Amino acid sequence: MKKNYIIAGLAIFVIIVLSPFWFNMVTTPMAAPKPELLGKAATTKKCVLDKYDMRANHMSLLDTWRDSVVRSSDRKYTAANGHSFNMSLSTGENSCLGCHEDKAKFCDSCHTYASVTPYCWECHTNPKEIQ
Amino acid sequence: MIKSRRSFLKVAGIAAIGLGAAPAINFAASNSHGTGEAVMTKDPEALLARRWGMVIDTNKLDEQIAQDIVKACNNAHNIPDFNHEVDKEKYPDTRPVNKKQEIKWIWEEHFNYAFTDKEDEFLAEKFKNLDFLVTCNHCKNAPCTQACPTQATFKREDGIVMMDYHRCIGCRFCMAACPFGSRSFNFRDPRPFIPKINPEYPTRTKGVVEKCDLCAERLARGEQPYCVEAGQGAIIVGDLEDPESEVRVLLNENYSIRRKQSLGTQPSVYYVV
Repeated sequence: MKKNYIIAGLAIFVIIVLSPFWFNMVTTPMAAPKPELLGKAATTKKCVLDKYDMRANHMSLLDTWRDSVVRSSDRKYTAANGHSFNMSLSTGENSCLGCHEDKAKFCDSCHTYASVTPYCWECHTNPKEIQ
Repeated sequence: MIKSRRSFLKVAGIAAIGLGAAPAINFAASNSHGTGEAVMTKDPEALLARRWGMVIDTNKLDEQIAQDIVKACNNAHNIPDFNHEVDKEKYPDTRPVNKKQEIKWIWEEHFNYAFTDKEDEFLAEKFKNLDFLVTCNHCKNAPCTQACPTQATFKREDGIVMMDYHRCIGCRFCMAACPFGSRSFNFRDPRPFIPKINPEYPTRTKGVVEKCDLCAERLARGEQPYCVEAGQGAIIVGDLEDPESEVRVLLNENYSIRRKQSLGTQPSVYYVV
């Protein structure tokens, strides 16, 4: 008699624990946004790092940049591929947003999808938003 | 198979050379494209000094110039003005302002507040009405950098006392340590009170301390600080360690005073009187 209760309980438990998987099986999960090159970045085609390296490591690159700019006042980054950049998120032509002009596409779409909320833009400004 | 010690050592030696050669060959091969290693450097135009300092010539300073200097600095560094009318549409939930929480980088101060240890009984008449410009002194022995628990404020090699807003946790030890009141705390998000945001410089966020950074971002581009530009010769910035520099020549030719020297912080801002 008890055996039936236990098995029923276990079955309910498994169903609940695996509910996210069931949920994803019945609904179509949101597709990851496709990174696209827009504006200047599409025509210039000179990357700071290799595409996959950039996707995986841009946050630590920005961390190194910040320390370099603030602490040793070295502001010019000459990448391994020979191109040089201005180590800045948003100031000047040669900064991140200077080339990747659309912040919504370049930063936000992936961050929203991955549910990460970096607080860069509480201080740094997007020149497109100011006018 | 019997191997003599001699032949074993020969083979081992050749193998060691081979092992050593592989990285060298790889390195040579990778050099074909770019330098192979990312490097971070200064702008060749950047202004450099062993110890940055400032000389404020009070003879060239008048009310109008002083105001221009403060305004140029405030506008360029996105310093909030709490008298600014907030745009209700853009920032609907802005609390009323507490004017005591003002943010200052460079501002006007009366002689007896700026130089509290110079208690001259018969102070020259001109000093009584003259507004002195005061700012961060970028002290040689900066007490704020010693108080900071996160190294958010620190002394750069070129003498600038710098803030790293990313690291500031808002403990305000530095404000307690600074004898000049040169530091301001952001009690609230400053953005609603910035009349016109300058895209060339970030704003600050709620909960960090800020102060004058001697326009480090401009020196790095080879430009003079905003106060020097707006000062019409009243403010000179240069290398205190270089006897040939303009600031040293000025200090050599004129009598100058510094704020609260007796505390031993060695301020790098001199006032020619």
